[in-house]
Amino acid sequence: MTIDRTTISGTDGRAHASRVPARRKPITPGRVARAMFLYAGMVIALVVVVAPFSWLVISSVADKADLLTKPLEWIPAHISFGRFVDLTVGSSADETAQGFRAAIMNSMLIASATTAVGMVVGTLAAYAFARLRFPGRSWMILAFMATTMLPPIALILPLFQIMKALGLTDTPLALIIIYSSFVTPYVVWLMRGYIETIPRELDDAGRVDGCSRLGVLWRVIIPVATPGLLSTALLAFLLAWDEFLYALVITQSNASKTLPVALNDFIGRYGVDFGRLATGGVIAAIPPVLIAFAFQRHIVAGLTAGSVKG
Amino acid sequence: MTAGTLDRPRQRRSKPWPETWVAAAFVAPAALVILLVVVVPLVRAAWMSLFDIELTSPGVEPFVGLRNYVTQLTSADFWDSVSKALFFTGVTTALELSLGLGLAMLMDQPMRFRWLLRSIVILPWALPTIVNALMWRWIDNGTYGSLNALLAQTGVIHDYVPWLSQDSTAMWMVVLADVWKMTPFCAILILAGLQGIDRELFEAARVDGAGSRQIFRRIIVPLLTPIILVVLVLRTMEAFKVFDIIWIMTGGGPANATQTVAIYAYRTAYQSYDFGQGAALGYLIAIFIMLLAAVYLKLLRRTGA
Repeated sequence: MTIDRTTISGTDGRAHASRVPARRKPITPGRVARAMFLYAGMVIALVVVVAPFSWLVISSVADKADLLTKPLEWIPAHISFGRFVDLTVGSSADETAQGFRAAIMNSMLIASATTAVGMVVGTLAAYAFARLRFPGRSWMILAFMATTMLPPIALILPLFQIMKALGLTDTPLALIIIYSSFVTPYVVWLMRGYIETIPRELDDAGRVDGCSRLGVLWRVIIPVATPGLLSTALLAFLLAWDEFLYALVITQSNASKTLPVALNDFIGRYGVDFGRLATGGVIAAIPPVLIAFAFQRHIVAGLTAGSVKG
Repeated sequence: MTAGTLDRPRQRRSKPWPETWVAAAFVAPAALVILLVVVVPLVRAAWMSLFDIELTSPGVEPFVGLRNYVTQLTSADFWDSVSKALFFTGVTTALELSLGLGLAMLMDQPMRFRWLLRSIVILPWALPTIVNALMWRWIDNGTYGSLNALLAQTGVIHDYVPWLSQDSTAMWMVVLADVWKMTPFCAILILAGLQGIDRELFEAARVDGAGSRQIFRRIIVPLLTPIILVVLVLRTMEAFKVFDIIWIMTGGGPANATQTVAIYAYRTAYQSYDFGQGAALGYLIAIFIMLLAAVYLKLLRRTGA
């Protein structure tokens, strides 16, 4: 292919073009139209992506009356962060606010603990799948991945009974256990991929120096695989933060309710208080959105490596 | 490889356990989690689905064999919910893939402010599903929604439309919300595929006289087929078991207009308190997804992805 190109450009008398890589092409009507088309596409894409979320943010700070005017005013006349204060640090007499605050803490606890459990358990298994030879290696990892295809609705009835039998209903621990089961396969899958990109010679060097397998994983693999670990942990956290159906069935009170369930309750109780709904939504979106923007490179790398969170 | 073989004897000396045992120890915690939280409930659900367990009549749980399955497979509601799920799956997947491909190609063009689009596009994906559903529920509101305001102020509609509470539009609104959220995910994956294509191929084709359309059809599409198939599989599996977004936006209504099969199963189990039927429905959904997976696996094998 390369040879063809040089020959053609050579006979074409444009051989010098290859020496000047950033040569500007002449401005033609066709190129102008193309550029306009592309920039129009970009503007449309930006507006479509940003507009709905902007409206949620605007609704969260707009005065109640401003949201109910007709014709609708897009920029509210009165802006206040009162609802954010109410739901987070305001007077604790407000029962919903109490519940919402509990939900923030529960979500934080459950997503963090799930990530921790999933990362430890999953990385151990990933190391075995990437480096060790054992019977059933190939079908086992497929079986792990196959479990992620199962619909939660098929497992939720018995899971509820099991948690009840263990006395764990309405506890964060129940959700941590359940969430670990769907985070772990992704961790195994992603971390196996990352570990396989690390040269085996590093392992061997560690072994020669007298490390056990666990020592190699801890002292050699983990330090080298930090970017992979970070991507995987972030995706695991987002998966756990997002979950709704299990939480809807397992949780019953402020003791274990997560943010998605709290928001679901909001709809039932404050179906017409759109400002409050929007505020709750924005607060629940802050951690994942911050993570996504702050660690965009890692998130995209993790997504493309494992295609998580379909 | 050679180094590994040479190292073998030395490794064996420092290693008290055979490799299989070490591997078993490493995999055991993960396997235990899966066993307890997935395998055991799966077996238990199979068992439950063979009984008539209704919370409305406690204490009476007769064994009914496969009757729960027969009841569902001959029920119009079940097939209606399956067709709703298939519709949702087909439309969202087709839209997300085609719009995602377009968006990915746009983000691949060398132009100013491309970084802005590339970084902001992750926003919809990052929003929690419930927040996304809540947001669209508010936007689509029939009395105060901003969609109505926008369309009325631009003269597209005259009277406000109750988007989520009329049969003809409710499902499309849910589709719109899902497409908004998941198109960026498809675009990000497809963009990664695009960036993996050797740019010299385009140059070469252009020199050989190929136009943009030909380059798209003859180079981009064939080389992107594997990643597009992977995205297709992921999206189909997820879309068929859709629950969260519909539950928040419409709850399955109006009437049963957006009642997909997962919503139907949930309602059967937790609103009609018919656990036997609910368990059977869970299994039927799982079987459907496994069938889809089998078809796709065959497809993927054939294209060598």
